[in-house]
Amino acid sequence: MLELLILSPLAAAALSLVFPWYQLRSWLLPLSSGLHLALSIVLVSGSFPAGGAWVGLDALSRLVLVVTSLLFFGCAIYAVGYLDLRRDRGNKVMVPCLLAFLSFMTLAIAARHLGLLWMAVEATTICSAPLIYFNRNRLSIEATWKYLLLCSVGIALAMLGMLFIAYAALGGGAPVSLQFDSLLATATSLSKPWLHAGFVFLLVGFGTKMGLAPLHTWKPDAYGEAPGLVGALLAGGLTSVAFLGILRGVQLMTAAGDGAMARQSLLWMGILSLLLAAVFMVRQPDIKRLLAYSSVEHMGLLAIGVGIGGLATFGAMLHLINNALTKGGLFLAAGNIQRAYSSKRLSEVRGAIVGLPISGTLFLAGFLAITGSPPFGPFLSEFTILRGIFANHQMVVGVLVLLSLATVFIGMGATVLAATQGESGPKNDNFRDRPLLYLPPLMFMLLILLLGVYIPEPLQKALSQAAALLEVHP
Amino acid sequence: MIGGLFLHLALLLLFAPLLLGIITKTKALFGGRIGAPLLQSYFDLARLWRKGFVFSRTTTWVFLAGPVVGLVVPLLAALLIPFGALPAPVSFEGDLILFVYLFGLSRFFTALAALDTGSSFEGMGAVREVTFSCLAEPTVLFSLLVLARLSDGLSLNTLLGSHLLTAWQSEAGASLSLILVCLFVVLLVENSRIPFDDPNTHLELTMIHEVMVLDHSGPALAMILYGAALKMMVLSALLVKLALPWQTGWWLGDVGLFLAGQIGVAVLIGVIESSMARLRLPRVPQVLIGTSLLSIFALVLVLR
Amino acid sequence: MMPLTNPLLLVVILINFFTLGSARLVACIRIVAFQGALLAMLPLTTHGITGHAVLLAIGAFSFKGVLIPWLLIRAIREVRIRREVEPLIGFVPTLILGALTTAGAFLFSDFLPLVAEHHGGLYVPTALATMFAGFLLLITRRKAITQVLGYLMLENGIFIIGVLLSEAMPLMVEAGVLLDLLVGIFVMGIVMNQINREFTSIGTQRLSDLKE
Repeated sequence: MLELLILSPLAAAALSLVFPWYQLRSWLLPLSSGLHLALSIVLVSGSFPAGGAWVGLDALSRLVLVVTSLLFFGCAIYAVGYLDLRRDRGNKVMVPCLLAFLSFMTLAIAARHLGLLWMAVEATTICSAPLIYFNRNRLSIEATWKYLLLCSVGIALAMLGMLFIAYAALGGGAPVSLQFDSLLATATSLSKPWLHAGFVFLLVGFGTKMGLAPLHTWKPDAYGEAPGLVGALLAGGLTSVAFLGILRGVQLMTAAGDGAMARQSLLWMGILSLLLAAVFMVRQPDIKRLLAYSSVEHMGLLAIGVGIGGLATFGAMLHLINNALTKGGLFLAAGNIQRAYSSKRLSEVRGAIVGLPISGTLFLAGFLAITGSPPFGPFLSEFTILRGIFANHQMVVGVLVLLSLATVFIGMGATVLAATQGESGPKNDNFRDRPLLYLPPLMFMLLILLLGVYIPEPLQKALSQAAALLEVHP
Repeated sequence: MIGGLFLHLALLLLFAPLLLGIITKTKALFGGRIGAPLLQSYFDLARLWRKGFVFSRTTTWVFLAGPVVGLVVPLLAALLIPFGALPAPVSFEGDLILFVYLFGLSRFFTALAALDTGSSFEGMGAVREVTFSCLAEPTVLFSLLVLARLSDGLSLNTLLGSHLLTAWQSEAGASLSLILVCLFVVLLVENSRIPFDDPNTHLELTMIHEVMVLDHSGPALAMILYGAALKMMVLSALLVKLALPWQTGWWLGDVGLFLAGQIGVAVLIGVIESSMARLRLPRVPQVLIGTSLLSIFALVLVLR
Repeated sequence: MMPLTNPLLLVVILINFFTLGSARLVACIRIVAFQGALLAMLPLTTHGITGHAVLLAIGAFSFKGVLIPWLLIRAIREVRIRREVEPLIGFVPTLILGALTTAGAFLFSDFLPLVAEHHGGLYVPTALATMFAGFLLLITRRKAITQVLGYLMLENGIFIIGVLLSEAMPLMVEAGVLLDLLVGIFVMGIVMNQINREFTSIGTQRLSDLKE
């Protein structure tokens, strides 16, 4: 079942390579990802066996799997409309790459062997590079090159971290294996110095991929130059997958009794990300780069949530969902705005609500949601994280977080309001809101709204289980 | 002792010019020519020796001192270094420093003699020669340090003693092969061979060593040529001992092994000269710094 | 089989120096390929002739020693670049930095809490030195191709540590890792080609339009 989930997008990717019809090739995306979504929901809700030595699902991966699948489904529908508009660019590269991207993300989520996890994450880097280069101009080349090189090097360091963890097993006399369950079982006998070094390298490696400061430098470039839907997938899906990689390290460290050190390093990286992102978001004239920095900010929040532990971990799990869906909606809406104004800079983008009523409104709503305004979901999750922080008596952290959240609200607000309010700037008249292009972001925003008002019982349970995996077991 | 001394000097004086002949012959064979006879360098020396001295009126005694020192220094240095299994006739603690700086002395006088002529070309050659050998010096010293670390003395006789055979088979073998390469590069630099300098070049601008001796003629030039041959033999004696540390136990066998090694080095130089082009001048310091780093690395390997 | 390991690792270090000091791109690619091919022999000299080691050696040899260099050489043939000019830091300083990091790697690995059989061996220092050299290339060079070579050397360094821990890396994972590397280099080659087409140079200093 799980194998089918992983392999079906790959098969669809292969199929898309031989399909001669443009429109049908595009439609392969929602078809395949619809199947993926249905399968994931069955897998997650059903009581199927957790899986074997290579792939399997635990509470954490269930959560990430559903979020990623949902996000990809929305983006796939959007992609049909988008690719119809971009016939000049063709979809012969885009469709197979997107499907392979989905497949490797699923593999990374389900991997129970650290080596397999590494391989899948590196494969996502490779698959997504052509996606970032979709627009084929100088800027997108630059972004692609930076993304490819930085992420490859970062991931290589994660590999080193894994080998160090294996060495910790060797040094501690435990059976040498990177199988995650066996590592967890023998965690207490791992040699400490190597385990710590391994965790640090994992954090650096997956942190690069996730975009934690100071390893985030590729992020604004890549998100800014990639098409909106790719940005949505990277910011919502791939970052969650990379975060899962870090969480695996945290799990291992916690099992070995060194959770405090892991949490401390996550906490500091998170705070740094939050502060840096806040600084760069003020007076940011480019709406997509703005979203990229917002992504850095929210990765920081996730890291802080897990770093604090307890209630904040629960909040971070909830925030993972909220961030993914909100970022999805925001990037898709921003993509529409960029197409309409042929620009993503404030000098051209003005009064999007007048010029592009639905996408403009969605963009504004997305801004309110992501900055943590009620009644949207992120408000709830950010509030939970903050409550966790203060419940833990981490006053300094709490104040820093609050301060940067306020800065982000002001900085982002200035840009977003300028882009959406007022007279509409000169607009490309051929582009109007079309259902395929506004329904997916609308769906995301409605889900976020729903999550802000009501968290269903099963989700609540799943979140607690996921958070419990990261806590200390007596 | 006295017998050893005579054997040493006899070997050196008789065989050194032959090495130059072997190099020329190897190059000729690579070029598809028959080439000059093996003994050509002896004939050249004899011919030059029969000529008279010609001195420019602007030169002083320094001009003659250059060639003389250039001939005497290798003779002295030869006394300090073992020829294969034949131990050095003169040996004391720390003679490796004397060995290195004897060549410094000869270089000093050669450069002075070149400057003494007052020609700008010769000054240029002197500058290059001094720069390159200054860059080659760390390599030599670090290589000798590696050897000193592996032995328990500070004289060349103990440095290049019989323990080398066991050292090659131990962990230190890697370091030894590294310094072997480094010392070979130094040999090429010190003897102005391709790829660092071209002894046969005829363009003053590209010359390094040859330009310094342009103004010498007759017996002085003979002394320079003979001195250069001796220097090459003495320096490659170091390499031969390193690469062929065996002892036959019979003095004639030792001599044979040593000479075979010398001939091997000469052939190797000939092969390199035929197969490589000269390096651009700015690359030479890079290569020399590279060999210095290699020798340091070899030292790190034996120190850990 | 152990006696072969040390010379092999030493040659790997020498190749690091060569790559740091050379400006000729084709020579650099060849020598890094040679390094990969040498390292492919490492599983054999370490573990002897076992099925795992042989397969790993064959895989690593064909990927690192043959396919990837072929891709790179093809890539630079198309962009007609032969030399690295004006590195950010000159060749001699990078060489010296490389020597310093190598010496540092040797000193540092003496302090590492290695298991007894790896103490005093060349594996860990060589791996560290190779990784540092790769990083140096990544940082100090402007040409995209040399940065890719730096990435390859980084991977080579990690590979050495991986050989020590072959129990942890089943063949399937090793194969996946190598395949990822190959496809990654392939995509990098394509991007390099596009950089050249857009900017008529593969100097990455031109890639500086995206900034705050």
